[in-house]
Amino acid sequence: MRNSLRTPYDGIVMAAPVTIPYARYSIESAQWWIGRALSALVARAGIKASDIDGLCVSSFTMGTDSGIGLTQHLGLCVRWLDTIPLGGASAIAALRKAARAVQAHDADIVACVAGDTNHVDSFRLTLENFSRFNQDAVYPYGAGGANASFALIARNYMRTYGVTREDVGRIAVTQRANALRNPHALMKTPLTIEQYLAARPISDPIHLFDCVMPCAGAEAFLVMRDDTAASLGLPAARLLSTIERHNAFADDPMQLRGGWAMDVGELYAMAGVKPDDLDTVQTYDDYPVITMMQFEDLGFCNKGEGAAFVRQHDLTIDGDFPHNTSGGQLSVGQAGAAGAYLGLVEGLRQVLGEAGPTQVKGAKLGLASGFGMINYDRGLASGAVIFAGPGR
Amino acid sequence: MLQRCEACGAFAYPAREACPACLSAGLAFVDAPRRGALLAETTARVPSDVYFRERAPWRIGLVKMDCGPTMVAHLHADCVEGAPVLMSFQLDKSGQAVAFARPEGETPNMADDRQWREMTADPKFRRVLVTNGRSVIGQEAVAALKAAGAKTVFVGVAEPWRPFGGEQLLRGQQGIEVVTLDASDEKSATDLAADIGGKVDILVNTTEYVRPGGLLDRRGTSTARDEIDQAYLGFINLAQAFGPAMRMRGADGTNSSAAWVNILSVYALANWPAFGAYSASQAACLSLSHCLRAELRPGGVKVMNLFTGPVDTEWFQTVPPPKVAPRAVAQAIVSGLRGGLEEMYVGDVAEEIRQRLAANPKALERELDK
Ligand SMILES: [Zn+2]
Repeated sequence: MRNSLRTPYDGIVMAAPVTIPYARYSIESAQWWIGRALSALVARAGIKASDIDGLCVSSFTMGTDSGIGLTQHLGLCVRWLDTIPLGGASAIAALRKAARAVQAHDADIVACVAGDTNHVDSFRLTLENFSRFNQDAVYPYGAGGANASFALIARNYMRTYGVTREDVGRIAVTQRANALRNPHALMKTPLTIEQYLAARPISDPIHLFDCVMPCAGAEAFLVMRDDTAASLGLPAARLLSTIERHNAFADDPMQLRGGWAMDVGELYAMAGVKPDDLDTVQTYDDYPVITMMQFEDLGFCNKGEGAAFVRQHDLTIDGDFPHNTSGGQLSVGQAGAAGAYLGLVEGLRQVLGEAGPTQVKGAKLGLASGFGMINYDRGLASGAVIFAGPGR
Repeated sequence: MLQRCEACGAFAYPAREACPACLSAGLAFVDAPRRGALLAETTARVPSDVYFRERAPWRIGLVKMDCGPTMVAHLHADCVEGAPVLMSFQLDKSGQAVAFARPEGETPNMADDRQWREMTADPKFRRVLVTNGRSVIGQEAVAALKAAGAKTVFVGVAEPWRPFGGEQLLRGQQGIEVVTLDASDEKSATDLAADIGGKVDILVNTTEYVRPGGLLDRRGTSTARDEIDQAYLGFINLAQAFGPAMRMRGADGTNSSAAWVNILSVYALANWPAFGAYSASQAACLSLSHCLRAELRPGGVKVMNLFTGPVDTEWFQTVPPPKVAPRAVAQAIVSGLRGGLEEMYVGDVAEEIRQRLAANPKALERELDK
């Protein structure tokens, strides 16, 4: 039963999930990676580039090029354009905007794309330009890079709820097992809990296997109405519900919950499903402790029970709670803003039955979440989406 | 200092353009209550920043201020999660103001903390050169620095064979070494730097040359030339002789060079016609100190300027009180180094001029004319 005052996303679908395989370092530009993703989208959907009349882009390393510059660069003529600088929440924010645009017939086919390159010095440059609050409040503390900020959040969360490194490690270890089935994952060797625990400390309690590896890559999908998809003969996933929230719980002294906790009721009510109904879940895993927080905030267990939840469930592809089935950012790599798309694009492949070696049998109903913009003391942006494959 | 909303009283950090509680644009920096609680800490072991990577492991934490905001801060080793801390802004080696959390109560050897010492120029364990031991200020500075735990105090004396008042305070004392130095003589400065230049962690420039008089009541330029020779060119000689080695040794582990101190007249900021030419020589030194600060910054060496009103010494005899006791200047040198400050105002006159200059410079100029 659907129960929401918001306009339903009736007839809005996503199609043609595309991943351009990641590379640790790339001498190409972000524009090159975005160009590859658009080219793959067009090929996958069997359309011409000129059929794309809406574009939504996210990238950290596009330099001074704007979204509109990109249309000229790539030869696109669109009547709807947006750029979304929301870090790990960019994919869900892009989808929400694109869905309403095609629903209102402001556009017919919107390409949502994120891509970033990774030159040897990209990381430092991104850091220095991340946000003014970050420059004032984090960079002079040697804590540029998210590691130290997340370490503070992780330490407080783990102490508050009695979570051990071993609990958190289960998430990283099972994602690696999933990644071994994904030929495009940058991490290609198994990871045991012993190796996880013995890894070198980066910023206590964050250790090496809690961190993502920055890389280059791109991800994309198309948003359209179901009649458009049908006329193109494209398999498509129906959009059931979305949530998005920024700067939630600003009065919490430290982050123990993300914005999902504020809107989770709405997420399931609008979709008309329960957490138990989901066949795959793709969380935003810039650090496994943030994934544990999402298990709680997205309603799979109560607050403070995330550790028990990961002990009681098998998070692998063939387990009872298939989670981050591609291996997630922790094992595939974090391609800048494309990291926001990784879970959603993999989730779309799952419900469309196109995931190949990482396919969860019979997956029809998926959830993907995003989290972004750590800003000196907390992640500011959160979002989530539920979608269904054909036949559900 | 934190921003406080003039409309609703909420404190804000990091600095912003609108109040997050009421959206008012009226945010002024005020002295905020310094107490907070340490929420969580982390030890960064492989920081991305080269400076911190060389100093890793480095402890930072998130502090919830009693007055509202949360702040990332460098941590004193004695800070404990959940316990109260006192926050201050310190100037780091790049001259940027950064938050530092210390335990609320005193702990043993509190000032010896590794991360705290990185933010300050505490004379304890350090080797100091006081450039002029013939002056009372110089002698008081030597005593104060020694009492503050300086390992060695070199004290420069021109023509050391000539006797001078207070000589017994310097000679034959443990940890005090009298060295030959006439700052106004380029060769003398260079010779001394060749000898001890690699061992000076803190240089305290106590050069004084005070003569009364302005422009029209003097004849010719000979006095002005002496003022420039002693104070301004003396500063240049010292900087050229000792500055390069100090800049190179700014990151030299425990025995690093840390600070350069100038004692300047507050009339460097606003000319006092009764000592008008002297004021001008001090203004020249002040300008030069900013150049020195910029040039020493890459090495992480601080430049502290200590502004004083008339000091209770021979050449200010005719000036009525209030005057600054040389001992107060010496104590200010130590406390400024311990706090890692860039500027200090010593005594009532200096403080008053600082405030009036900020409030109304033209009115101050007219006032000093009396
Ligand atoms: Zn206000």
